[in-house]
Amino acid sequence: MSVEKLSLDKRLGLNKYEIDSESHIEVDKELCEKCEAKPCLFVCPAEVYKLEDGKLVYSYEDCLECGTCIIACKGMGRGAVNWKNPRGGFGIVYRYG
Amino acid sequence: MADEEKFDVIVVGAGLAGSTAAYVLAKEGLQVLLIERGRQAGAKNMTGGIIYSRVVHEVFPNFWEEAPVERAITSYNIVFLGENSAVTLNLKAPGMGKPPYNAFSVLRAKFDQWIAGKAEESGATLVTGVTVDELVMENGKVKGIRSGQDELFADVVIDAEGAKSLLVEKAGLRGDFKPEDVSVGVKELIELPEEAINERFNVGGGEGASYTLVGYTKGIAGGGFLYTNKASISLGIVARIDMLAEKQVKVHELIEDYKLHPFISKLIEGGNVAEYSAQIIHEGGIAQVPRLYADGFLAAGSSACLLINNLFTLRGMDLAVASGAAAAKAVLKAKERNDFSASSLSAYESLLREAFILTDMEAFRRTPSLLNNRRFFTVYPDLACSVMEELFSVNPAPSEKAFKVVRRHMKGKAGLLDVLKDLLEVYRAL
Repeated sequence: MSVEKLSLDKRLGLNKYEIDSESHIEVDKELCEKCEAKPCLFVCPAEVYKLEDGKLVYSYEDCLECGTCIIACKGMGRGAVNWKNPRGGFGIVYRYG
Repeated sequence: MADEEKFDVIVVGAGLAGSTAAYVLAKEGLQVLLIERGRQAGAKNMTGGIIYSRVVHEVFPNFWEEAPVERAITSYNIVFLGENSAVTLNLKAPGMGKPPYNAFSVLRAKFDQWIAGKAEESGATLVTGVTVDELVMENGKVKGIRSGQDELFADVVIDAEGAKSLLVEKAGLRGDFKPEDVSVGVKELIELPEEAINERFNVGGGEGASYTLVGYTKGIAGGGFLYTNKASISLGIVARIDMLAEKQVKVHELIEDYKLHPFISKLIEGGNVAEYSAQIIHEGGIAQVPRLYADGFLAAGSSACLLINNLFTLRGMDLAVASGAAAAKAVLKAKERNDFSASSLSAYESLLREAFILTDMEAFRRTPSLLNNRRFFTVYPDLACSVMEELFSVNPAPSEKAFKVVRRHMKGKAGLLDVLKDLLEVYRAL
């Protein structure tokens, strides 16, 4: 019996979400393009933010609503991330917490 | 505005601070609206801590008889993790397994529903699945809240929305959080049979263990935790946001490395991960606490950055309950005067002092910088392990005395002067 690592996708797949049709995250493209540090790529525990062909993409559906990206983007990036609470009832639904 | 649209108090967030405030206020007959954005109380909440009992017992006497607590913690451990070994400081305190207990492990999805239920029982109106987007302000005074197109009004809004503290920012009571003052914590909930936990952690039925883990974080300021629940284990890691970004280390990978450490894997093997959660933690101590009140507005719990970490105890949940109760008492006093201005609500601050919350935070004002001292999470855990390993080993070679072994292992990692400075820092901080 040994312990194995779980991929992030697998872990996120264990969670329960009520996915909204509209995103609670918006990114100001212009500001984001000027940002070289892009701390969001490293700090988000759900890897919501990713680079695809040099452009930032984000999957709000996976968000754990911790708020790490707000602080990192404002403090170490350009403040391009505009994060609001999802609409009532939507987003992550912790069953244990 | 029609009368029925106005409440005495609107509480934002049915977590521990919010539900406690609503409970205390409604019990005194005030009209209280408790608003929760999750589809039920607790749906958005997770914890990386244990809840200390005595403070909660003051507001909810003998709460353990009815609340869904997991285990009463009777085994307390601080573990220094080396590469392949671990040095543990362990307290076994069977007395803490009896009323009024010391601390319990809890799972927030259940526990928060219980405490929100207490608020409802006492007469508060709980609405779930409603997100508060804005405060309604008038001449710099908080008059109510806005959710979508709807506005609701109250004499006082108590913000207990949690660590993101978005409304506190909107009320102009705090500046931007600094990435070096905030950590992100991630947790895996690992299911294991109750019997296996009792055996593995050497605890009796209903009793449990807590572990504070130091080291093995790839040089990132932070540490870990492990708590036993009834039939699961909460394993988590906490890491400073600025260092994750600078070193380009991912916290969700750190926790997987953790699981493979021999000390940890022995404790969790055979378990099934059932949930992965995350939360930010305000580590800045008293210096990070925002202004706690404004005209018609109070902040309680994590939204007021109330957290005490002194290595031995990490207090957040009991401070949330105590600050929620203090906020409610401040509102009751203001109600007597029918004056909800900032100066009238400032009684909140003295109530937080009387509850020893701000006084304790001031006493431990030096611990944040102690816990950010690089040697504490990089050099010393390894050093403790390698020194102990050698001291407990016997080889067919001449032995050295203990102090010589320590000096040899320190070489190139920490000078004697560094250690003396650090000891002084420990003395001052703890």
